[in-house]
Amino acid sequence: MRHGRYRFLAGAMLPPLLLYAVFVVSPYAQAFYLAFTDFNGVSSDVRIVGLDNFTRLWSDPLFLSALRHNGLMLVVVPLVTIALALFFAASTRGGRLLRAYRVLYFFPQLLSVAIIAVLWQFVYTPNSGLLNGFLDGIGLSTLERSWLAEPRFALWCVMAAMIWSAVGFYVVLFAAAIESIPADITEAALIDGAGPVTLFWRITLPLVWDSVQVAFVYLGIIALDGFALVQIMTVGPGGPDNSTEVMGLSLYRNAFTYGKYGYASAMGVALFFLTLTLTVLMLRATRRERVELA
Amino acid sequence: MNAHPSRRTLLLGAVAATALSACATSGADDDDTSAKGDATAENPFGAPADAPLEVVVFKGGYGDQYAIEAGTVYKQKFPKATVDHKGIQRVGEVLQPRFISDDPPDVVDNSGAGRLDLVTLVSSGKLTDLTELLDAPSLDDPAKKVRDTLMPGVVEEGTYDGKVLVLNYSSVLWGIWYSKSLFAKHSWAYPTSWAEMLALCEQVKKAGIAPWTWQGKFPEYMNDPLISLAAKAGGHDLVKSVDNLEPGIWKSPAMLAAADAVHQLAARGYIMPGSEALSHTEAQNAWSKGQAAFIPCGSWLEGEQQQVTPAGFDMVLGTVPALTGADKLPNGAVMAASSESFLVPAKAGNARGGLEYLRILFSQKVARGFAQNSKALPVVAGATDGLTLSSGLASTAETAKAAGANLFGYRFRTWYPALAKALDDATGELLTKRTTPDKWAERVQKAADAVAADSSVTKQKR
Repeated sequence: MRHGRYRFLAGAMLPPLLLYAVFVVSPYAQAFYLAFTDFNGVSSDVRIVGLDNFTRLWSDPLFLSALRHNGLMLVVVPLVTIALALFFAASTRGGRLLRAYRVLYFFPQLLSVAIIAVLWQFVYTPNSGLLNGFLDGIGLSTLERSWLAEPRFALWCVMAAMIWSAVGFYVVLFAAAIESIPADITEAALIDGAGPVTLFWRITLPLVWDSVQVAFVYLGIIALDGFALVQIMTVGPGGPDNSTEVMGLSLYRNAFTYGKYGYASAMGVALFFLTLTLTVLMLRATRRERVELA
Repeated sequence: MNAHPSRRTLLLGAVAATALSACATSGADDDDTSAKGDATAENPFGAPADAPLEVVVFKGGYGDQYAIEAGTVYKQKFPKATVDHKGIQRVGEVLQPRFISDDPPDVVDNSGAGRLDLVTLVSSGKLTDLTELLDAPSLDDPAKKVRDTLMPGVVEEGTYDGKVLVLNYSSVLWGIWYSKSLFAKHSWAYPTSWAEMLALCEQVKKAGIAPWTWQGKFPEYMNDPLISLAAKAGGHDLVKSVDNLEPGIWKSPAMLAAADAVHQLAARGYIMPGSEALSHTEAQNAWSKGQAAFIPCGSWLEGEQQQVTPAGFDMVLGTVPALTGADKLPNGAVMAASSESFLVPAKAGNARGGLEYLRILFSQKVARGFAQNSKALPVVAGATDGLTLSSGLASTAETAKAAGANLFGYRFRTWYPALAKALDDATGELLTKRTTPDKWAERVQKAADAVAADSSVTKQKR
């Protein structure tokens, strides 16, 4: 009887695992091999070039500037998103109307990245865009500019779109975590005279820290990507003057425009290890004493 | 939550890596050579009468009606053959694995976003030499070779290392577009020199219209007038030197003068504000609404703007004006290139049939159908004669006729995409006045030198 159950389980598990191995694991594995070749994408006649592709990476000015931009995003996007999400989650606790806001925050999560990018492109477009129109409306027309066409602002504009699209998910995540804090702890703190700010820093935040930790990892990964938004929204894309270049875009261009699949795979491998290292570091750095509830 | 990567997954990956390492690059062994029938005057390549023919065509702005029609004619000629026509987008993604495993279709139109990099295909020896096709009698007039029915430049454009490997179908001319009716209303005349252009811009500005707009999100649109001006001043030699990556060519007087000419548009405030951030659709729509007088674009503009152009707008393609009084090319000279790259893969199962299909495709009948349905100029000479054409296409055909043999085209965009990108970036900066013509030349030259020194880039020569 028991034996039959395992057979059933194995039968149910095998097809998805097989699909996963063929369509996810094997391309990953192949990328590792291709990173050491000069594969051009169409010829099966490839040469092993050793570490050549990787040494090239460190003298490729575009890749290095992409690395810097991803680095900046890595600092800004998770911090701002988590701060906003915590604020929204904490401030929409009471009342039906306020709770309805959580649904609103979640809306961007339902849109595909491509749609988000196109929408934000319309927000930033100079002559009829929402942002310039708004600035005009409140009498700040001197601040109007071609947002995505100025190297100083373009990357920040992309980050704003990224944060906008991500924040809703974390509002819901944090809200759920906050709900699970037992009411007696909060009440006890209130009786002891804690104000809302103290309550947040001393009670709420430490008790949802697990969720915040997870959020840091997820958002870090999002910040290391950014390909779709940059590809659709920005001048060039990646511009103006490479001011929004990200690693994903460099990788894409080298593979699909320049036909340098080997070199692009090397970028992919570098990105893989960066993400892995980052995840480990984030989890280490944000490790705290775990508080057991209940 | 445990997000630490477990050792087991890493190990599994390593095992899989060795097991699957040959996958993406494992090619098939040479199997069959192309089937061949008897060659006759009617069937010069000896296409087998009963072998199936597979045609994969990019179905983009031009549609694929013309390719279907060529397939129909092929089927009439070889009733026992089946023609498998596929009109698709993302040609590269679909065909890449088939090229790697040497099991490609018989004819491919490698075009559109996501096409395969042509130079890569060429350097990997994946294409059939089309010389045989060019020297075969044309379908309409057996006394004339296919080669002699094509517009100038088409054969050269498909030539790599002395072999013709690609034939493009649609002829594209680049120039500066304006509305005939708008110009008539203000009694403006299209300028013949750049000095006149700047003078006219002043007038247009006074009339309350922005003289120029451009597709700033994709700076390459403004490169076209810029390098056209340079080619006119510097002649064919300059064009060749640019393509051959000769040192210092981007800093040559003609190139610098061209950069300065285009820079003047920005410096004198003749460009519609915000253009630098507009996508091609946004800029072109603003132009179609009469918010700007000029826009740079290739001859596909009319087709692209069909839905939004008001009646009576009458768009016309103007040749880029002369840069100086001492230009090396005559005034009618125009930058031309062709698109819709048709090729026969080297390992095609029915390569003979593929060549025959192309001979039909480049016939007058199919070409006329292309002009009428796709609203574009086919590379088959004289195909538009006697047809009633729309305003834009008629002006394109006229421009081509007026230019005669004075067509020029750069090839570095296809040969060295990294240089093309550097040029786009620099021109974007030039048009926003963030850089000067001198610094523009400096950085483009640096990029050209870098490409020339890069051993991983296959060099071409013309």
